[in-house]
Amino acid sequence: MKVAVLRFPGSNCDQDALYSLRDDVGIGADYVWYEDTSLEGFDAVFIPGGFSFGDYLRCGAMASRAPIMAEVQRFAAGGRPIIGACNGFQILCEAGLLPGALLLNESQKFVCKQVFLKAENRTSIWTQNVDKIIEIPIAHGEGRYICDEATLKELEDSERIAFRYVDSVGNATPRANPNGSIENIAGVLNVKGNVLGLMPHPERATKSILGSTDGMTILKSLALVGAGL
Amino acid sequence: MTTVRVYVTLKPSLLDSAGRTVAGALQKLGYEELEEARIGKMIELKLKDYSETRVKEMCEKLLANPVIEDYRIEEVKEAVGA
Repeated sequence: MKVAVLRFPGSNCDQDALYSLRDDVGIGADYVWYEDTSLEGFDAVFIPGGFSFGDYLRCGAMASRAPIMAEVQRFAAGGRPIIGACNGFQILCEAGLLPGALLLNESQKFVCKQVFLKAENRTSIWTQNVDKIIEIPIAHGEGRYICDEATLKELEDSERIAFRYVDSVGNATPRANPNGSIENIAGVLNVKGNVLGLMPHPERATKSILGSTDGMTILKSLALVGAGL
Repeated sequence: MTTVRVYVTLKPSLLDSAGRTVAGALQKLGYEELEEARIGKMIELKLKDYSETRVKEMCEKLLANPVIEDYRIEEVKEAVGA
């Protein structure tokens, strides 16, 4: 299993992603530049957080149209695992690989803190190992997930809401919602379940020195897929 | 050369949290008649040849996100002798 960690001008969680995959998950990972046009030799994609292209126009707008994204689209269609965290989630929505969009937090503030998440889907490759309420960090100003009513219903009916913000015992309360996302949504899946976008940062919660190892429940899926499990 | 302005605005059904804050600030300055403020973007394009079809294409490909935004294109008429 070798993961392509995409780098755009303004990505800033690329090193966290690479080292968490290599050192903590124990799989291969390398950077891929946004102007590249091939993902040959890779099996999965990690789109890291940051402020690609300065967040100009809209978060993720320019990155979603970068040359490497044609290859990411092919990977998505082929059922390969793709994860986008934070700005990576915004890029996946802008690319049309995930429904909805991320808007300025309701509070208007950049929010940086630990949050509790509940996996609402337990069958996708990304969520199958999340067997408890997990605690991982968020750090974003534009993480208010929105979609129209029809899309929301479709997401709920097809169990494609990957994660919701919850309190420590698993209730999706307004207080547990850090940004005003519709229905406390923190992450969603595509139809096939191989593409996950989420605002929280699993790559920042992979060793106890970071305060939590719960991000591993998501990222270790890559090792299991790599081992054919 | 033609100058075209593209106005991109958040769909009316969506909460514009920045606009709400600006409205609150204006109301605190004494403008009680204000009911709402919404913030959008204006993108000015200078084009060698203006084709509305191509500018629409630009809007749909990059400048606006149809999931959350509406856009409006306005051709700028230069003042004579300016």
